[in-house]
Amino acid sequence: MTPIQLVFLFVAFATLWAAFMVVTRNNLVHAALFLVIALFGVAVLFVMLEAGFLAVIQVLVYIGAIAILMIFAVMLTRGDVDDIPDITNRYAGWVGLVAVLFFSSLVILMAQWPSFTALAKPILSSRDTIVELGTALVSPNGYVIPFEVASVMLLAALIGALVVARPRKGK
Amino acid sequence: MIPLSWYLILAAGLFCIGFYGVLARRNAIAILMSIELMLNAVNINLVAFWRFLAPESISGQAFAVIVFAVAAAEVAVGLALVISIYRSRKTVIAEEINLMKW
Repeated sequence: MTPIQLVFLFVAFATLWAAFMVVTRNNLVHAALFLVIALFGVAVLFVMLEAGFLAVIQVLVYIGAIAILMIFAVMLTRGDVDDIPDITNRYAGWVGLVAVLFFSSLVILMAQWPSFTALAKPILSSRDTIVELGTALVSPNGYVIPFEVASVMLLAALIGALVVARPRKGK
Repeated sequence: MIPLSWYLILAAGLFCIGFYGVLARRNAIAILMSIELMLNAVNINLVAFWRFLAPESISGQAFAVIVFAVAAAEVAVGLALVISIYRSRKTVIAEEINLMKW
């Protein structure tokens, strides 16, 4: 057991525990705060995978924007529907069973794959993966078209969200 | 050294927890939170495959960036829909939003 493995196990269990709390808490504000813990755990995993840029984006976009947006939405929709006694629908038992079966079959399937226990080769210190990522996102030989489509989609989602959430006139 | 399997099992677990949340929770905002968990599990997988199997190209990280953009768009539109429905029908329980159910 090396220290890095201990760190991984700690982060992994914290992330899974927080994710479990997200889907089981009745109080949605608590669920949103547990979601922040889970998202932060994923950011730490990105650091351990040497994807520092993605870790920063994870903290900025997911924790800074999406989780806060969730908390705002929870507060805006708090009414007499809050704290309902049963938070899951009548299929919850079956869904839990399917989820456990799905998880075990995924693990069994993956265990038969030869690269399952592959170890990471060190990244050459002469490489700067952030520069490579930035170049790839805007280079015509890289991902410029998906990148531009994603920006148009974000603009469309922004306008769509505004139109959908705006109060109707006269109400 | 951490083998690839640890990351894959963690991502599978996170995905299945999110899967349970999407199908079992009644509150629409809780369903959106569970979708975020599932998207994060996919991102862990993308970055882990990039790091362990194809570190010489950058495609794994580029895909993860696109997933971030999709997640942001999805949550913005989803929460706008939830707030709009709450305004007109005073509920965020997924089963009670049956306006389009025949």
